[in-house]
Amino acid sequence: MTKPSDFPNAWQRLWARGNTVRVSLAVVALVALAAVFGPMLLPPSAAEVSAAQFAAPSWAHPFGTDLHGQDMLYRVLSGARVSLAVGIAGALIAFFIGTAYGLVSGYAGGKTDGAMMRFVEILYAVPRLIILLIAINAFDARMKTWLLDAGVPGLVNYSRIVILVLSLGLIEWLTMARIVRGQVLALKSRQFVLAARSLGQSHWKILTRHLLPNLLGVVIVYLTLTVPAVILDESFLSFLGLGIQAPQASWGSLLADGAQAINPVKSYWWLLVFPAVTMSATLLALNFLGDALRDVLDPREKH
Amino acid sequence: MFAFVLRRFASMLLVLFCVVSITFFLMRSAPGGPFDRERELLPAARQALELKYHLNGTAWQQYTGYMGRLVHGDLGPSTKYKNRTVNELLAQTLPVSATLGGAAFLLATLGGITLGGWAAARRGAPEETGVMIASLLAISIPTFVPGPLLILVFSLWLGWLPVGGWGGAAYLLLPAVTLAGPYVAYIARLTRTSMLEVLGQDYIRTARAKGLAEWRVVARHAAKVALLPVVSFLGPLAANLLTGSIVVETIFNIPGAGGFFVNSIQNRDGFLLEGVVIVYCALLVGLNLLADLAYPWLDRRIKLYDEAV
Repeated sequence: MTKPSDFPNAWQRLWARGNTVRVSLAVVALVALAAVFGPMLLPPSAAEVSAAQFAAPSWAHPFGTDLHGQDMLYRVLSGARVSLAVGIAGALIAFFIGTAYGLVSGYAGGKTDGAMMRFVEILYAVPRLIILLIAINAFDARMKTWLLDAGVPGLVNYSRIVILVLSLGLIEWLTMARIVRGQVLALKSRQFVLAARSLGQSHWKILTRHLLPNLLGVVIVYLTLTVPAVILDESFLSFLGLGIQAPQASWGSLLADGAQAINPVKSYWWLLVFPAVTMSATLLALNFLGDALRDVLDPREKH
Repeated sequence: MFAFVLRRFASMLLVLFCVVSITFFLMRSAPGGPFDRERELLPAARQALELKYHLNGTAWQQYTGYMGRLVHGDLGPSTKYKNRTVNELLAQTLPVSATLGGAAFLLATLGGITLGGWAAARRGAPEETGVMIASLLAISIPTFVPGPLLILVFSLWLGWLPVGGWGGAAYLLLPAVTLAGPYVAYIARLTRTSMLEVLGQDYIRTARAKGLAEWRVVARHAAKVALLPVVSFLGPLAANLLTGSIVVETIFNIPGAGGFFVNSIQNRDGFLLEGVVIVYCALLVGLNLLADLAYPWLDRRIKLYDEAV
């Protein structure tokens, strides 16, 4: 088991794993920094619609411009903001639900555990993303009318993204719950839990003070792997035009625009290639990091 | 065995029932209706329309009415494609989607197992590293990136293959490759890991000690057991191919069920949407059951029916 005190050590071991990990860390850091600060550093005119429609990449517009003459570099970076934010927020929600569910299921054991895990199995067999598409569109329309009625029209633009994040978190917690539950089953028969119990500690204290800290290593690994999964889900929804909608952009919606701009007469390749490369590099780096973290922190996966 | 299948079948029906109900009430819960986009209707005309499309009465009455017709195999009318029933629309589009999905399924499993087995056989060689890096790359890239890029290269620049649409085998190639790509990679990784593990076991050493040819050891003794993780991935694979096919059909302009799914959400075409969801969900749950049944056939040590209680 990984104790919290092992983490400095884990960082060193992660760093020592070689160039793949270092390059991945660099890519993630670069994209994150560019997403946060990039849009501020670019000239303000980059955000605006201009007459330079479909301009090829040049010094003025390194990534070219799109249908509305907007700078693609700006679009890709602000898209990165949305995609990363959605990924992190969605993964955090999945993390809270999954950990709580797994903790309770594993700790309760017996019939409760059986029923709770059966429910997870059933959810695994449902085309969740498809139901999610329907749910987002149903709830978004409802929330928009509700926000307008409540007199806060300023929030209407954010209703879709909030619902998107919530629902993505709601579908990505299953694996987390399963893994946490497995760990709890192994941990709860250990002596320190028995000792805590015989000292008369409450269930709540045993769960939060004794089990949770011991789970952190594994949970962090799957948190890292959930972020790219949520980003991928979001881009899927946005690509179909059912996720993030204009004027906001995410990598998925940019790729959808780019795919439409490809036609036999003239192919505006920069609309497709730049978002595609940025997104793929980020996802690849995140997956590499997650895998490396798993090797470092999760003792079960060692071969 | 029979009791196990029966129990699983009952739970399949329950899942289907829940999914259909949730979809139904989600569609009805959103404000607005399928006729809102048309010009202002007279109240009488509106009533007639609602009666024709079974949209009159309370939500509960609509629901029970829909479920009643569903039991008889009637999926209802489409509100967008006037005078067509959902049954007709699905009968027209599902074969297209099934061809695409089936091709991608074969490509993913056969290609993935071959590549993974090859990588395991070449353990430590540069080929293995190559396969592993390529597969991680393929997993990290969403299908809608290679799709348009493949069109760009093979259809527009080289002019070898059609840009999109539906026809003969030439139309199937790019979409199937796009759809199967990430899963070829995933299955290759699964196969390699589990093949390496199985090849290190005692009974394989016994088989080799008997003097069997190496291909015989791998194909007859190791492969069946090493494929177990792949078989348990077949359920999720079917799910991913289903959702993936929606995107791929959009990219390549394929007249399949996926396009109808997306349009029916935007057009608020409730019955069509529910029809597609029912078909997708039934396929998925059915394929999961098949994967479970294949387990004991591949590894005699596994007994389903005891642990399924």
